[in-house]
Amino acid sequence: MADDIQTVTDATFDETVGGAEIAVLVDFWAEWCGPCKMIAPTLEEIAVEHRGKLAIAKLNVDNNPETARRYDVMSIPTLLVFKGGEPVKRLVGAKGKGQLLQDLAEFIA
Amino acid sequence: MPETRELVIVGSGPAGLTAAVYAARANLHPVVVEGIAAGGQLMLTTDVENYPGFPEGILGPELMGKFREQAARFGAEFVTADVDRVDFSGSPYGIWVGDTEYRARAVIVSTGASARMLGLESESRLLGQGVSTCATCDGFFYREKPIAVVGGGDSAIEEALFLTKFATKVTVLHRRDELRASKIMQERAFANAKIEFRWNSVVEDIVGNGCVEALKLRDTVTGEVSELEVAGLFVAIGHDPNTKLFEGQLDMDANGYLLLPSAGSTRTSVEGVFAAGDVADHVFRQAITAAGTGCMAAIESERWLEAKAHAEVAAQAG
Repeated sequence: MADDIQTVTDATFDETVGGAEIAVLVDFWAEWCGPCKMIAPTLEEIAVEHRGKLAIAKLNVDNNPETARRYDVMSIPTLLVFKGGEPVKRLVGAKGKGQLLQDLAEFIA
Repeated sequence: MPETRELVIVGSGPAGLTAAVYAARANLHPVVVEGIAAGGQLMLTTDVENYPGFPEGILGPELMGKFREQAARFGAEFVTADVDRVDFSGSPYGIWVGDTEYRARAVIVSTGASARMLGLESESRLLGQGVSTCATCDGFFYREKPIAVVGGGDSAIEEALFLTKFATKVTVLHRRDELRASKIMQERAFANAKIEFRWNSVVEDIVGNGCVEALKLRDTVTGEVSELEVAGLFVAIGHDPNTKLFEGQLDMDANGYLLLPSAGSTRTSVEGVFAAGDVADHVFRQAITAAGTGCMAAIESERWLEAKAHAEVAAQAG
């Protein structure tokens, strides 16, 4: 995984995401989820291209069910964007890069 | 204008990748625009038990991984992004992926089909929060919870069976009084104690705020409306062809499937553009038929390119 993407867990979520100064996109994923794997390379690209504006973190729902439950994540991939620790945008399902950039425009402009 | 390629293949399910194997072996150096949903519908399944050559069955994603590997081995080139626009009005045909333009003498369209939705406001509102189209992705979240699957075909029954690993109970909702699914899948479903059937039932609404709490069901015979408490709804009511990209450029039927004017051929309404797999097949829709038509499309592309090259040489000599 690129250094530009952080891994968060139930234990580190609040500190990492809540304490961030910029918007943080959290990718809720799992090993057995095909569509999650499809979007992973795209997220790595976005993380590099928009460094400093939008941080990207990954949370494995298999190992960290608490955080997934807290934010009512019932499908993966789900991408939740947090600002000041609060979820402000929810994207569900695999999307192409063009669509993702459009959906995330307000955070990376 | 960019370099003109012999062949661009749009889509990377069994049809596109089989076309890629054949085209690469024929030295057409195909570019496969595999799309964000690379691998197609099989990427969302578990065991594939009816693809010949795998007597013990094989996982859908694994099978597609093997297809891709085989195409790559013979030199197929992959672009992992969606096509944004095509122009089939004149040869060489234009294909745009973001800002990158490809030009090709021949094109194989194998963009497949995607899950159809019910079309309810509550469905889009609760998508990802109790409404799902992918049992293998989301079954995990419904451990020890009651859920429902809407649909009556093979994919609905396969999802229902898979979901019994997690859910306390799986109710299959079907608008008719019998299933369209294959006999073997039906038998498995009827034998599974966790699966219950509600015949002649349609989903009128999904109740819940932030999560699914219940479904409003209407009996199509009596008209009676009832509520079913579930934590999740899996939608498996069929598929729609992915042909929006080709509107106004390729002829299609009322349901959006590409029309193939001559029987036994993968030729579309545009010369040099071929179609393979579910994008032009609403009848069989199997991995093996998609692979078969992918092979046909590659061979037809090769012959068409050859004939065209001959004609051009003859014209120059003329």
